Amino acid sequence: MNKIKKLFAGVSLMALGQEAAQADYTLNLMKGVTKVSNDIYDLHMLILWICVFIGIGVFGTMFYSIYHHRKSKGHEAAQFHENTTVEIIWTIIPTLILIGMAIPATKTMLELADVQKSDMTIQITGKQWYWDYKYLDNDIHFESHLDEASEKAHRIKGANLNAVANYLLAVDKPLVIPVKKKIRFVLTSSDVIHSWWVPDLGWKKDANPGFINEAWTSVDKAGVYRGQCTELCGRDHGFMPIVVVALEQPDYDAWVKKTSEQQKQKPDLSDQHHEQLISHGESVYLKNCVGCHQIDGAGVAGLIPAITASPKVTGAIDPLIGFLQAGTSKMPAFSKLKDNELAEVITYIRNDLGNKVGDDIQPNKITPVYEDD
Amino acid sequence: MSAVIAEHDDHHADEHHDHGPAKGLLRWIITTNHKDIGTLYLLFALAMFFVGGSMAMVIRAELFEPGLQFVDPMFFNSMTTMHALVMVFGAVMPAFVGLANWQIPLMIGAKDMALPRMNNMSFWLLVAGVLLLASTLFMETGAPSAGWTFYPPLVLQPITVGTALPFAVFAVHLLGISSIMGAINIIATIFNMRAPSMKMMDMPLFVWTWLITAFLLIAVMPVFAGAVTMLLTDKFFHTSFFNAAGGGDPVLYQHIFWFFGHPEVYIMILPTFGVASTIIPVFARKPLFGYASMVWATGSIAFFSFIVWAHHMFTVGMPMAGELYFMYATMIIAVPTGVKVFNWTATMWKGAMTFETPMLFSIAFVVLFTMGGLTGLMMAIAPVDFQYHDTYFIVAHFHYTLVPASIFILMAAGYFWLPKWTGHMYNEKIGQLHFWLSAISVNILFFPQHFLGLAGMPRRIPDYAVQFADWNMISSIGGFIFGASQLLFLYIVIDTIKGGTGEKVTDEVWEDASKHSLEWTLPSPVPYHTWETPPMLVPTEHVLDSH
Repeated sequence: MNKIKKLFAGVSLMALGQEAAQADYTLNLMKGVTKVSNDIYDLHMLILWICVFIGIGVFGTMFYSIYHHRKSKGHEAAQFHENTTVEIIWTIIPTLILIGMAIPATKTMLELADVQKSDMTIQITGKQWYWDYKYLDNDIHFESHLDEASEKAHRIKGANLNAVANYLLAVDKPLVIPVKKKIRFVLTSSDVIHSWWVPDLGWKKDANPGFINEAWTSVDKAGVYRGQCTELCGRDHGFMPIVVVALEQPDYDAWVKKTSEQQKQKPDLSDQHHEQLISHGESVYLKNCVGCHQIDGAGVAGLIPAITASPKVTGAIDPLIGFLQAGTSKMPAFSKLKDNELAEVITYIRNDLGNKVGDDIQPNKITPVYEDD
Repeated sequence: MSAVIAEHDDHHADEHHDHGPAKGLLRWIITTNHKDIGTLYLLFALAMFFVGGSMAMVIRAELFEPGLQFVDPMFFNSMTTMHALVMVFGAVMPAFVGLANWQIPLMIGAKDMALPRMNNMSFWLLVAGVLLLASTLFMETGAPSAGWTFYPPLVLQPITVGTALPFAVFAVHLLGISSIMGAINIIATIFNMRAPSMKMMDMPLFVWTWLITAFLLIAVMPVFAGAVTMLLTDKFFHTSFFNAAGGGDPVLYQHIFWFFGHPEVYIMILPTFGVASTIIPVFARKPLFGYASMVWATGSIAFFSFIVWAHHMFTVGMPMAGELYFMYATMIIAVPTGVKVFNWTATMWKGAMTFETPMLFSIAFVVLFTMGGLTGLMMAIAPVDFQYHDTYFIVAHFHYTLVPASIFILMAAGYFWLPKWTGHMYNEKIGQLHFWLSAISVNILFFPQHFLGLAGMPRRIPDYAVQFADWNMISSIGGFIFGASQLLFLYIVIDTIKGGTGEKVTDEVWEDASKHSLEWTLPSPVPYHTWETPPMLVPTEHVLDSH
């Protein structure tokens, strides 16, 4: 049974492998879109076939023996118990096979680790539970969170997941890179260990707090490539995907120009309607707060305080603003939030999630406290 | 091939007849008898197998469909963490210590373990350790949820570990002390208490593999205890072993952990090899092929287990020399492991095989362990491991080497020796049903996980993208069938202890088994005290090539 199963699996893997790069749904490793990922795929297929071959040999012999050398067929047991020649042969042949595998593996390993002569560098910082991308050659810097549709769907029981495009594999702002350029990544983390993996690029690399790892890629084909964090990093480890968008050089240049300009724009601090404040506030909440305080603001018993009915939230505003900006030993500081974002999220947590203070906090109310920095 | 019945001195048997076990429950608490302690270990392990198994059922139920249905992600993480800890330290390791307690003295002609009181203590420390660990399940902030590997800084984060860390650390200390005492006892017994005529190279392979395993335990349990103690001081006493801000390195922990962790996985598989090498020759009615090479292969696998640890860490960011060294060293292990698989196959070759339940489980072990071994070889190739690492591919790999390997062999051992221990025959029909259900469902459970991993599903996630839905559902169905099938084993164990089929088993139980090992020369059931007078001659069927 197992031999047949293995054979079947091997054959179907091979057949499916041909279309792996395009198919959404695969059984085999993806070929990917870089030279390294293709080399890794070839190595994978080589060793897979060697394993299938060994498996057929060993299991074939065993099942032949099981079928023919059974007592119920009247087979008499032979009494041999050693054969030095055979034993030497089956030590030497596997050793030779291993050497044969080690040579291409070493070549690919050297290639995979060669970050020299790169065209540009992007810093990837893993955070609980999103990625932070910083383009070191220009000033582009942004966070990449799980997109809102997935964020809501996975937190609400009974949500229709098929209606969510790329459920758990979509982000609000993807990492954008140019094709056919050697891009060097430097990876680190600001809290626990994460691991950055996009299967189509052929590798994953851990992001360790306090240390920097390097990796590189050079994508052959424009497209969207998805991946996930692959090192257990706490509660929402399963909810920090990676999306890489590879663009042709002119498109990429346009993107850089547009994004740099957007980043230079001052935030819009004009007053907003209540509904606007609440809906923008929810977006800010879903990006920054929901991982710990949960979708309903209930927190986690014994670990994370609730927002619902918290006097800190529903009480005076200035201390609350200060609290969000400065953080505590347990809660991270959110000084990265712009005044309008702070206003929106404060209005949201005071008037939703089971709270009903009934006020609108406008961005201009934040400014005096913010300038205390 | 000097099959020998020991001179069983009637006078001696009578003299000790009144030295039976203490009456009542107290017998099990104060016992220093290796058979009683072996029974305690085995029953405790069986209970923990079901506890750890129900955690696996929670995991598979949550993963049955995408979306979060039953549990909170934090509880999910606690389940993966506790499932591993309970299965490794509560089920598999104690089960093999239980087998060692029962079988090593019987197989080498010793009247008991060398240090009987320490034997009792190591069992009860195990219970204390597991209870301490299990107590975290009832804490408000939940059981440890940073994975059984306890990687910092995650495991030190207040929002991740709550109050569980010190309990888990002290549980590891107790389990470590228990294991080390067990290992010392086994080494002392094997070195000092063999029947006078039994040379080292006459010992049954189960004894050999356990001797080597015991050395692994002594070498690495203190390393693990040290690693978790460093976590404890980092957390509570402001040291910075693993904190970069204080000059430490979180990756240092991984090096220490896996220096323990890799030998640890061999601690769970080497005794498995020993049992397989004991069972297969009996049902093939042939001597074990290549006894000496089996011993050497076990020894070299144990040696290599100390120098390959960082293959668990290929993606952590190591210097190129490290990546290449650990890749080459890991690949070498395939050679001695291959020798073992070839030897088992050669043992079956031209035998006169019958297929009772212990043999069925042993054959399934050889086949499925080999599959787990082959995926292990794939992962040894460092650059390809950059794709496989921390995906369901490795989940499939290590479950193949643990469930249809270690667990199947423990089942095989149960069916093989229960008739000897109890004097009753188990129900062969139910045994075979248990085997076929387990062997089929375990593949439905774990084989699809190879596909999931290759297609890009990371491990330790409570929810997943919809393209992974089909294989997860199939895997869960396999899991439920596998879990339910194990209740048959529970039934068989209870039924056999109570009287089984009612058929009186012979001393040999299995045809010509007494040619292979000493225990089959004793009466069935085995008397409370055995080998008060050491046997003068030992069976050598299994060691022909050393003579």
